[in-house]
Amino acid sequence: MDAIETLPIQQLDAFKGVKKVPLEEYFTSGHRTCQGCESALVMKLMVKAAGPRTIVLGSTGCMYVANTTYYSTSWVVPWMHTQLGSSGSAGLGTAAALKALMRKGKMKEEPINVIAFCGDGGGADMGLSAISATLTHPQYNVLILLYDNESYANTDIQLSGMTPYGAHTTFSPPGKAKRLMHTRWKKNMAGMLAAGHPETKYVGTVCASYAVDMMNRVRKALMIGGPTFVHSLDPCPKGWDYDPMLSHELGELAVETGIWPLYEVENRVLKLYGRSKGIAEKRSKRKPVRDYLLRQGRFAHFTDDDIDYFQAKIDDMWEKWLIPGVIPFWKELEKDQPPA
Amino acid sequence: MAKVVEKAQQEKEALISGSEAIAVACKLADVDVITAYPIRPYDTVMQYVAKLVANGELDCEYIVAESEHSQFEIVKHASAAGARVFCGSSGVGWMYAFEALTVTPALRIPMVAMVGNRALDDPGAFGVEHNDALAVRDLGWQLVWVDNAQEALDTALIAYRVAEDRRVFLPCAIACDGAFLTHSQALTKIPPQEWVDAFLPPYNRGDLLLHPDNPITVAPQVNEDWLMELRKHNDEAMKRSKNAVIPEAYRDFERIFNRSYGNPFFEEYQTEDADIVLVGMGTLSMPVKVAIRQMRKEGKKVGFVRVRWFRPFPAEDLAETLGRFGAVGVIDRDYSFGSPHFSGVLATEVRAALYPAAKRPPVVGFICGLGGREVTVPDVRRVSEMVFKAAGGETQPFITWMGIRE
Repeated sequence: MDAIETLPIQQLDAFKGVKKVPLEEYFTSGHRTCQGCESALVMKLMVKAAGPRTIVLGSTGCMYVANTTYYSTSWVVPWMHTQLGSSGSAGLGTAAALKALMRKGKMKEEPINVIAFCGDGGGADMGLSAISATLTHPQYNVLILLYDNESYANTDIQLSGMTPYGAHTTFSPPGKAKRLMHTRWKKNMAGMLAAGHPETKYVGTVCASYAVDMMNRVRKALMIGGPTFVHSLDPCPKGWDYDPMLSHELGELAVETGIWPLYEVENRVLKLYGRSKGIAEKRSKRKPVRDYLLRQGRFAHFTDDDIDYFQAKIDDMWEKWLIPGVIPFWKELEKDQPPA
Repeated sequence: MAKVVEKAQQEKEALISGSEAIAVACKLADVDVITAYPIRPYDTVMQYVAKLVANGELDCEYIVAESEHSQFEIVKHASAAGARVFCGSSGVGWMYAFEALTVTPALRIPMVAMVGNRALDDPGAFGVEHNDALAVRDLGWQLVWVDNAQEALDTALIAYRVAEDRRVFLPCAIACDGAFLTHSQALTKIPPQEWVDAFLPPYNRGDLLLHPDNPITVAPQVNEDWLMELRKHNDEAMKRSKNAVIPEAYRDFERIFNRSYGNPFFEEYQTEDADIVLVGMGTLSMPVKVAIRQMRKEGKKVGFVRVRWFRPFPAEDLAETLGRFGAVGVIDRDYSFGSPHFSGVLATEVRAALYPAAKRPPVVGFICGLGGREVTVPDVRRVSEMVFKAAGGETQPFITWMGIRE
């Protein structure tokens, strides 16, 4: 077989502690995100980790609309909008152009990071097909980062395929006839992409509540070469209905309750990290999901039965899944019924 | 502008299809990024491109996408990053890419695409209709119809030159009738690389290049503050394309390649002494020209105007030309349900072009050859008879569906 040719890659070693992180910002003032917006923090950390020789493509969503009002862009690096379902294609096209132009001597050869980001609607719903395709192209260096605030948060908080079971959104309001309008379980996006794209060298989940961990996963994903995927869970005060001061705490609770497992699949080797590692190894106990759910207005209509059902699903994830927290094949078949 | 070239270089001749001619043009234009996705009939161009890449004759990133939407989005972004790109589609595939097609001119992406014109199924049909390409007519795409392999090759080179001219920076789609052109071979002259290099300068995105050395923000939220001004920019670019850049490109093409297309916007066939004229686009020129030769032997002086550039539309030139005849018959290979007089798209545009003209002959509209149905010589003769009647003062219907089964 012919060798797969890729362009040179930047040396982006892990930050050894928060004090080693440079002060320079490449996502800075000029944005209009909500108070307590974790996704804005994800943008800032993502591009801080990547550095100035980076091109960022952003698909439609809050991180487009709130960040790039004409004449007040928050991006210091080159940035381009792409269509809602096009993060995969935008990253691929940009990386392909750099590769063609540098190989043919039409552009000075140098390592340039390409990052395409998408929200949960743009990535896990509409853009899934294009992201999947991009992850099958080993010759292009491109990171797809999904910032998951669990709804179409830019357009008024409508449910997406990533909205948690039972959550109140403007498309799933609790009513008299139907207490729960949304009874689908959240997609297992990172696990699906890792399992389905064996040539992808890096798939990781992150949470910006653990900022240095998060930046180092972005750096790994950029440095390993080829197409890579990072999935970030971003608490959203507007969509989840909580006090903006609780954003970090909710991110931590998502991990501590086991709802959001932190893991990476690096060169096909799976590693859980942070609190999730302790949970998987049964060194630390998961907090009850009640602590996480009842801090958020979107679950205010939950009954004890709903919370029990949610807890049971998370218990399954850690106790019955073939690879706990990652791959949802059960060790043995069991009944799975929501409460009446 | 273009350099003087050595004319000693010879063109080679090859028997190739319309699709293959455009693949050869991609090679001559040294395209950097090409995306493919299968749909008949355009996809033959990508089969030829794939062979050129496999044989090392074309050095490009060749990406088989997972949908037309991705196909067009990938090249859109590649172009924004400085690459010369090529893409294409047909029928509902083109429509699947519609979101990408919509933003491409708005972003001033000078890509060149091939549309292998195809019916918009359902129900299933893969013969030619022009509605696929015509769907983008209001969006800032330049649209040009060609009718043979030579014109396809030449026009692809001209399309890059026009699209990438900084005065324009708008995409250009080359429409080729499915089967009749995409799959029909003809002897075609393939110009030497030196001529192409003299004609087509490298793609230079200038201060719109998305690169760390030029850290711009592309397509921010402008809303009601600025959108109208930006739309006006595109309007001005389209005007510059029509009034300056397309004529200049054809003049340079003629000088370097020794091949003239006359008026760049439309071909005139036996119009000089004609009493009536037929108007159409694409390969229906073949049966029309045969019928005209037949009718002329019988003393019926019919001419033909084949519109090449539908966008920008040559309204003034065309109106002046059509004003010379007793009546005009417009043959549409498309439909526009509910449009004025329930006409075809081209007939409606021709009537709009004629309205402010000093001489306004009657315009008779015809819908022909939908879904790849053959437009025959007898069809053209029947069309001409009605147009002669209109010229003689006998009112004809605004629109007639030719050969329709009742």
